[in-house]
Amino acid sequence: MLEIAIKGSKNYWSWIIFLLLVMGAGFIVYIDQFMNGLMITGMSRDVSWGFYIANFTFLVGVAAGGVMVVIPYYLHNYEKFHRITILGEFLAVAALVMCLLFIIVDLGQPTRALNVLLYPSPKSMLFYDMLVLNGYLFLNIVIGWKVLEAERNQVEPPFWTKPLIYLSIPFAIGIHTVTAYLYCGLPGRGYWLTAILAPRFLASAFAAGPAFLIILCYLIRKFTKFDPGWEAMQTLAKIVCWAIIANLFFFLCEVFTVYYSNIPGHKAHLTYLLFGYHGYHALVPWMWTGLILMFTGAIFLVIPQFRNNKTLLPFTCAMIFFGAWIDKGLGMISGGFVPSPLHHVTEYAPTKPEIMITLAVYATGFLVLTLLYKLATQVKEEVRG
Amino acid sequence: MMKKSRRSFLKVAGIAAIGLGASPAMNFASSDSPGTALAVKGKNEQALTAHRWGMVIDTNKITEEIAEKITEVCHKTHNVPDFKHEVDAEKYPKTRLANHKQEIKWIWEEEFHYAFPEKEDEYLTEKFHDLPFLVTCNHCKNAPCVQACPTQATFKREDGIVIMDFHRCIGCRFCMAACPYGSRSFNFRDPRPFIAETNPDFPTRSKGVVEKCNLCAEQLAKGELPHCVQASEGAIVVGDLEDPESDIRVLLKEHYTIRRNQSLGTEPSVYYIV
Repeated sequence: MLEIAIKGSKNYWSWIIFLLLVMGAGFIVYIDQFMNGLMITGMSRDVSWGFYIANFTFLVGVAAGGVMVVIPYYLHNYEKFHRITILGEFLAVAALVMCLLFIIVDLGQPTRALNVLLYPSPKSMLFYDMLVLNGYLFLNIVIGWKVLEAERNQVEPPFWTKPLIYLSIPFAIGIHTVTAYLYCGLPGRGYWLTAILAPRFLASAFAAGPAFLIILCYLIRKFTKFDPGWEAMQTLAKIVCWAIIANLFFFLCEVFTVYYSNIPGHKAHLTYLLFGYHGYHALVPWMWTGLILMFTGAIFLVIPQFRNNKTLLPFTCAMIFFGAWIDKGLGMISGGFVPSPLHHVTEYAPTKPEIMITLAVYATGFLVLTLLYKLATQVKEEVRG
Repeated sequence: MMKKSRRSFLKVAGIAAIGLGASPAMNFASSDSPGTALAVKGKNEQALTAHRWGMVIDTNKITEEIAEKITEVCHKTHNVPDFKHEVDAEKYPKTRLANHKQEIKWIWEEEFHYAFPEKEDEYLTEKFHDLPFLVTCNHCKNAPCVQACPTQATFKREDGIVIMDFHRCIGCRFCMAACPYGSRSFNFRDPRPFIAETNPDFPTRSKGVVEKCNLCAEQLAKGELPHCVQASEGAIVVGDLEDPESDIRVLLKEHYTIRRNQSLGTEPSVYYIV
């Protein structure tokens, strides 16, 4: 089946070469980081996690979001999702590849990464995160590949894929829950120390993942002969709608609890993000942009006329996707570290090398996504052909 | 001794025979064996030991000079880099400028409201405004950093000291997020160009690993008191928290003491007389 990926149009190859160039440029910068250490990043003693871990967290959400097509199709036999289920699964694969790369580039001693396996530490949440992320990646590769292969050969998928598919559902919830547990179990970080963190993560994941999937559907319609189906995209849009509303609601719950209880250790972080703290407000414009994007996106999706508008929908989805990225990517990690447990304020901004490496990781993910989507759409074209 | 080492060799060989997959089990078995612990303790009869090490800092006795002296001696003997140090351009050519936000600290001065942010008070006793409060690793009884570490590079010794294996640390910095006292530092770069004079009795670190105060475990093993205690002119005392007769327990009985952010349940082992 892999041979499909090496036959493509001029556009296809230009896109692949563009991605390879970005990857190459980022790799050169990464060599510098590998040789000289994380000093090339904007991270510091006080803000010890930055852009890498932030994007990791966001992309775990995108990966988990894939389950929003798997559940309706496999649990509720929602036939309209038949054509896009594979797209959700392959999106999860690409997102997980990026997640694992972000973890690797964030390590101070990447060559020792396997120590996590050599000295398994069941008290550490990172241990479980490693298990569920790799498990979910493995499941999606196997399921996606086997189901697509069966479709190409016009036979039923092997019987053993069914239990794996059902297993992938709790795994999807699991990856984002455990990722939230990395943060919300830490005693000294008021912003993360909240039981609603995992639900909030899941809500924003179920918005961002399917929103991105809708955008991908538009691209597939434009660049291939395969049509994912407008009705399926409409259903996805409804899922995005309710998920983003849940996310905003959870955020409001957080705001209420923090400000009404008035506990300084919890309040300081949100104040820093929304209004600035002791004269530091680098993230304030970002946070409000993110909130406005998510809120406007939610309104556009609730109103049927706007949701059904074929021209508006991709833009609405882009708004929600970027809004969720700001909320989770920029705010969530920095917000937890500012102010520090000693109430010092050290602000964080990624450096150029850090952004370059981040872009290269994204390029790698998009390369995986392009190849897998090329396979999927081509097979589906052939079968329908 | 002979007999013991042969036995442990046989044990290791036996487990190794099971295969590579058994390596975690092997570590577990060896760290659990009483033989290993005895061998370590037997190395030096003069070694200072405790059931649970603790520290009392008498803030009344700490002046600006003493605090500075303590930080200096601690950082010097433990090869902690000083980013203000002028780099020897011949020995370390092309060393880039240091980012002071990425500095390394084991013990340092903080103002009261930073050391004890949860005790912030509009009408705080005036003398507290200028007092230097020395902060360091609290060697917590329930250490969140130990729990967070995915490789057990940070671990708790039987005597309560929270200590690190710099060679096992993968630099994920989960422990830094977990520590509610900001006691941990990460080597964002090779620290060696910024060490004025390397102390050959203590390892230097490589880039990419986390480090922090080790309560001078290397001193205690030699039967000597931690450097900070020696330099403190009586302001810092270490001892066994679980021994009711120890100096430190006597101090705790006689004085009102506070600990940093006690409400988190980490049970810090560093007490402050205020």
